[in-house]
Amino acid sequence: MKDRLRRTMLYVPGNNTGIIRDAAIYRSDSIMIDLEDSVSYRQKDAARLLVYTSLRTFDFEGVETVVRINGLDTPYGREDIKAMVRARPDIIRLPKTDSAHDVQEASRLILQEEKKNGLPEGSIGLMAAIESPLGVINAYEIACASERLVGIAIGAEDYVTAMKTSRSADGVELLYARSAVVTAARAAGIQAYDTVYSDLNNEEGFRQEVELIKQLGFDGKSIISPRQIKVVHDVFTPSAKEIEHAQKVVEAIDEANAKGSGVIAVDGKMIDKPIVERAKRTLEMASASGVLSRKEGRYHA
Amino acid sequence: MPDVIQNHTIPEDILKQFQRRQFEGAYTHTPHVRVDKGNRSLPRLNKLVDTMEQVIIKSGLKDGMTISFHHHFRDGDRIINMVMDVIAHMGIKNLTLAASSLSDVHAPLIDHIKNKVVTQIHTSGIRGKLAEAISNGLMDNPILIHSHGGRARAIETSRLKIDVAFLGVPSCDVYGNANGYTGQSACGSLGYAKVDALYADRVVLITDMLSEYPNTPFSIHQDQVDYIIKVDHVGDPQRISLGATRDTKNPRDILIGSLAARVIACSGYFEEGFSLQTGSGGASLVTTKFLYEYMKEQNIRANWALGGITAQIVKMHEEGYIKRLLDVQSFDQEAIRSIGENRYHSEIDASYYANPLNKGCAVNKINVVVLSALEIDTDFNVNVLTGSNGVLRGASGGHSDTAIGSGLSVIVAPLIRGRSATVVEAVKTIITPGSTVDVLVTDRGIAVNPRRPIVAERLKECQLPVVPIEELKRKAERLAGVPEPIEFEDKIVAVVEYRDGTIIDVVRQVKS
Repeated sequence: MKDRLRRTMLYVPGNNTGIIRDAAIYRSDSIMIDLEDSVSYRQKDAARLLVYTSLRTFDFEGVETVVRINGLDTPYGREDIKAMVRARPDIIRLPKTDSAHDVQEASRLILQEEKKNGLPEGSIGLMAAIESPLGVINAYEIACASERLVGIAIGAEDYVTAMKTSRSADGVELLYARSAVVTAARAAGIQAYDTVYSDLNNEEGFRQEVELIKQLGFDGKSIISPRQIKVVHDVFTPSAKEIEHAQKVVEAIDEANAKGSGVIAVDGKMIDKPIVERAKRTLEMASASGVLSRKEGRYHA
Repeated sequence: MPDVIQNHTIPEDILKQFQRRQFEGAYTHTPHVRVDKGNRSLPRLNKLVDTMEQVIIKSGLKDGMTISFHHHFRDGDRIINMVMDVIAHMGIKNLTLAASSLSDVHAPLIDHIKNKVVTQIHTSGIRGKLAEAISNGLMDNPILIHSHGGRARAIETSRLKIDVAFLGVPSCDVYGNANGYTGQSACGSLGYAKVDALYADRVVLITDMLSEYPNTPFSIHQDQVDYIIKVDHVGDPQRISLGATRDTKNPRDILIGSLAARVIACSGYFEEGFSLQTGSGGASLVTTKFLYEYMKEQNIRANWALGGITAQIVKMHEEGYIKRLLDVQSFDQEAIRSIGENRYHSEIDASYYANPLNKGCAVNKINVVVLSALEIDTDFNVNVLTGSNGVLRGASGGHSDTAIGSGLSVIVAPLIRGRSATVVEAVKTIITPGSTVDVLVTDRGIAVNPRRPIVAERLKECQLPVVPIEELKRKAERLAGVPEPIEFEDKIVAVVEYRDGTIIDVVRQVKS
């Protein structure tokens, strides 16, 4: 579960069954059903019941399900965990994570409910969203706080407000936070996800942001509309040229290993371990994106 | 003004041999000519009549006759209600109303039906309050639902005899040359009206713009027209045509449209010189848009497009990717502009478009058509007429005409609409028989008619999610459940005519 492809995590409001029911048809990597910000206080209980029933009723056709619960400092967070463990989404996402303790507490509550419901320990994954300067400072501790954690995410809106700034087109105000989160995630060996881009009609701006976060090293991004899926998948899918090069590298190294020779070169360039690793990751990404099919250990376009 | 002719008596036996009468003066047997030649102060010769009532009297309309209308003004139409009010006021009863289609705006017909002014209706489609009232048993006689091609066939073969056609036109001159693309109420093609103008006994044009004679180029010709009446508005421009650009933002339509475009691109029908018809619905517009991307990418050009012309089709035409357009109905502002401006954007009439019994209709030559559906069953029969509650709410249109004529008919529809499944065991009403339907594209999978195994193979090769239609039905049932069957009364409220004139289905009154 931990290494699953999560380029796109599509937010769907937890108070609209029609949207939850149809969310899987757009084939984002994950569906993120929201009990937090998109549900008003008056509807919290109704939405929890509705999401519970939806998860137990609908077929999401293999698309990963994530539920964003309310914070544990609200009157709803603990109730959310109780209901959601029983509803069994793949992952619970904790908002507004400031410290390792927040993660440990959520993980403990999930474990308690797993036991109560006779589920294997750790069957439900956890994702933590960092949305404050304190959370960013504690990013590494947060990332290491629980075995259950599959990844950490940066949530920008609260963060930039706390930073006494606002979001800009090039995202310079988020550069430190993004770098801190992705570095912490890599150091802890888990995934890192970027925040939402809310200007739905600015496709070019969106594409630039996706290119930026991919370059920074993120695994994916939360999205607010099915219309954003294709752009993210396009950016994350290796190009034909990248795939070709990666195949050459992997073939060359296989050949070298078979012959027992050491140093190799492809297209006149030295190939060392990190290059081989990157090539393998490119092929894995190409395969996961459906551009390549894997047969007998080899990639075929 | 008698002619003075001396010493030109024609021998009786010649008159007898040729079965003629002797000349009696140039004006005696020639109607529609200026009798007062030379008097320049007289008004120019014209067919204008002052009031609707006078027109109706002159037309000779009597109880029990058949009157016709066209639907180019769509939901902005003011003609039918305007004419019917006057007819009702004059006390004429028992009429057959043969409209090429009816929509929401025609709800006032309910009163004319109650008062027996209208006792029979022929139409392609029916919607809104009128449709609901008819579904609830308003009329004594069932209405007759026809396809666009079927109506043209009925008129041309005299199965449907029109006594008086009341045709709203956006512009015409005093002698009856009319077109659809000039004037405040421009609607583009007058394709459906052209058939009525050609075959009705009496033709009345109603316009809100009188233009200079001759109003060229014209769609309805002066030699077909009896009377003309000028009114303030023939339609409501806001509701006649759809806006210039209507890019859908609905993600489901985008999903279905992108799949349908790939289906077409992979079907084997996507090749240089192909032809297409796509509709004006959200998913259909997206299909056209994505298909255009494939055309540019693979440098494929279409020879022609048919239909139902939209802004997207016009754009492709003007950018050189579709050579010619055949237009029976112009859906939006851009299509209306284009039919006036573009040399190879041609107006066609409903018979040319789809009449199955003429010497060759355009639908027979089309390669690919994209159509919608309210319901489709596991035998691929399509319902575009009755809703999930059994009430009339749609139109037969060119659905069955293009489905059978095209090389590849593609139906686009969401698997679930609201709370109802689109793919069902048996459709409530058959408009288009399954043997003429090839591919169904939904947001949750694609089904290919088993009749077309090669198409299915090609789509699978493109990694498209092709599944048996039964599986789509099961999927829909899992999500939406199986609804209780709708209860109907015995009374038949509508009869569905197939394009060849046979009856393919009936619609019964819903239980209230």
